[in-house]
Amino acid sequence: MWNAGQVRLSQGWQFIGDLRRAVPVGLRGRPEIAAAPCADGCRACAEVCPTNAIALDPVRIDLGRCVFCNECAVACPADKLVFTPEPRMGATALEGLVVHPGKAPPDPASTSAALHALFGRSLKLRQVSAGGCNACEMELNALANVNFDLQRFGIEWVASPRHADALVVTGPITRNMAEALQLAWDAMPEPRFVVSVGACAISGGLYADSPVLDRGFPERIQPALYVPGCPPHPLTFIHAILDLLGIDTGR
Amino acid sequence: MMPAVRIACPLGTLALLPAREWSSRIGDLLRSGARLVSMFGRPDVQEHAVLTAVLQGAEGALEVVRGTAARAIGVHTLTRDFPAAHVFEREMHEQLGIRIADHPWLKPIRYEGAGVGRMTDYPYYRLEGKEVHEVAVGPIHAGVIEPGAFRFSCLGETVHHLEIQLGYQHRAAEELLLRGDPFTRTPLIETVAGDSSIAHAWAHCAALESLAAVAITPGVDASRTVGLELERIAMHLATLAGLAQDIGFAQGAATYGRLRTTAINTSMRLCGSRFGRGWLRPGGSLVAMDAAVAAVVRGDLELLRRDVSIINTRFLGSTTVQHRLRGVGEVALRDAKALGLVGVVGRASGVPLDQRTNLWLLDGAHTHEPCVETTGDCWARARVRIREIDRSIALVSDAIDRFGAFTATRAPVRSLAPDTLVVSIVEGVRGEVMHAIETDAAGRVRHYKLQDPSLRNWFGLALALRGNDISDFPICNKSFDLSYCGNDL
Repeated sequence: MWNAGQVRLSQGWQFIGDLRRAVPVGLRGRPEIAAAPCADGCRACAEVCPTNAIALDPVRIDLGRCVFCNECAVACPADKLVFTPEPRMGATALEGLVVHPGKAPPDPASTSAALHALFGRSLKLRQVSAGGCNACEMELNALANVNFDLQRFGIEWVASPRHADALVVTGPITRNMAEALQLAWDAMPEPRFVVSVGACAISGGLYADSPVLDRGFPERIQPALYVPGCPPHPLTFIHAILDLLGIDTGR
Repeated sequence: MMPAVRIACPLGTLALLPAREWSSRIGDLLRSGARLVSMFGRPDVQEHAVLTAVLQGAEGALEVVRGTAARAIGVHTLTRDFPAAHVFEREMHEQLGIRIADHPWLKPIRYEGAGVGRMTDYPYYRLEGKEVHEVAVGPIHAGVIEPGAFRFSCLGETVHHLEIQLGYQHRAAEELLLRGDPFTRTPLIETVAGDSSIAHAWAHCAALESLAAVAITPGVDASRTVGLELERIAMHLATLAGLAQDIGFAQGAATYGRLRTTAINTSMRLCGSRFGRGWLRPGGSLVAMDAAVAAVVRGDLELLRRDVSIINTRFLGSTTVQHRLRGVGEVALRDAKALGLVGVVGRASGVPLDQRTNLWLLDGAHTHEPCVETTGDCWARARVRIREIDRSIALVSDAIDRFGAFTATRAPVRSLAPDTLVVSIVEGVRGEVMHAIETDAAGRVRHYKLQDPSLRNWFGLALALRGNDISDFPICNKSFDLSYCGNDL
């Protein structure tokens, strides 16, 4: 018993009270692009991007493809790109994931009144990895740990798609997993929606050119929420889902 | 100081043995005490295949044996004499269509190539009889984890055999590595097994640096070591948290889980990612650590050292934990050696194999003896991890004390030596991670072979389940904690 007490004492208070204000120190999160024009013909950032996430004239970064590797920021001769520790970058539409120069950050995921009414007090999530490398999966698992404790909002992982309101998809969706993913969705009762997590799930990411993907699922069922990252920090998911459901954190 | 175990062979120095000689040469080496690290092949002209075997001698030196065979005629199996070869021969058969004569079980490893999309065609082993029943699980599991299918053949509650069906995660990573500029592939490599980003990135960088004749400074090696050992600390803590969870030991789950958060946040502080993404690049390390950050890292390490020790005492001393883990999921040393089990799983069964014995010996001051247990059960696999966490904390502290600061450096890596084969090995969280790169006459990457330790250890899990209660599968599985995508590539 003495030792159990020691463990309890060492554990302290790990719960993050205000998730909306938590700062992940050191995180390479949402990028910012300076407004100054680029040198004529400069393509340095786009050329080093491993996922073709960068469009030019003016420079834009598609967070649906970005793996936050920082190569573009290093390559830019004018230091126009910087990755900030800001974790809030989820969006409800693909266009919302594009970062433009000089402008305010992309709009946060917009609240759905319908989803708020249905799931604002209870949302059960079923996760399916379809080629995910276990990084997204571990960060999603972390949502239920003692730090992030997403259960406080009635948001929980469930074991069966039969019990789920939302399907959280990770990975680029391999052909070998495509059928199982569809079966999981088919097993879920209405009303239901899809959350697409990580660059792989949103765009194929680093595997977009792989010959063994089947991207039919996101074409058939449009995700209601996109959570970018490689992998997304748990706070990125938290901001996005709270924004989507219009959950007031009371602070 | 050796940054990674590796060997570089100009192709001209490697005899291309005829199939029969290739097999017998490997057999001779194995009989004389060498260990099989890998066997793989690539297509060659006229329906032939070039075959490569990598072996490791008792002193740690690598040896490469190359052969050639007509794919239709193939090679005679080594599996019947050396079961460790089974997985490699199956993979060669799947990737090259090469005949492996007399192989007992050519089940696909990952349903790639012509097998893509045919996961359900496979006829599982069937056990028949009045008391027999089968349980099918997966590919989607109850938790938030990667997919794989498990078929249990049971007599009552007792598992007679577990058959594991993998391949759901196959993303054609090896094929993608042949495309584009080879020096820009590290982000892809970091996702081959996403919880072992640093180990794979290091094996990858070490192979390219060898081919490009780029020397790595001790500071870069030390920085990479910090990354690798933080990755090991974090993943070992994650496994222990999962084990505690699966035996209903809530305090262990909460505390090991919380400590993992400290470890991955330390990585994030240093490199911007909780999974070490962007830490390594060919030619260097992108982590900059000044004295202020070093002080924060030291504080984190001190907290880990103190609090891990407290929960370890509680965990290891608990009757519940001992009762649930001891004697469950045993793998005997004889079987572990025969199957070539590596890493934590091998060490828990008494195999004294840890590639770090040859790795990054900072001025020779640290000699790393493998953490070996003898009972081969879930308890032993937990114990190995617990002991290794302490070692890793010491290694990280030592690297930081010696260097004090790291600067981001990237030596230019421009061209690769032509017609050369390089094999590099790094001891990752689960065991040896091997990358092999072969270049052509123009110095382009002709073949890239990836090998995660999970490839070999999955069959160990099947073996561990035999004779155990089916209800013990979750803790057996968690005690192995293997990578699905590391197998499926």
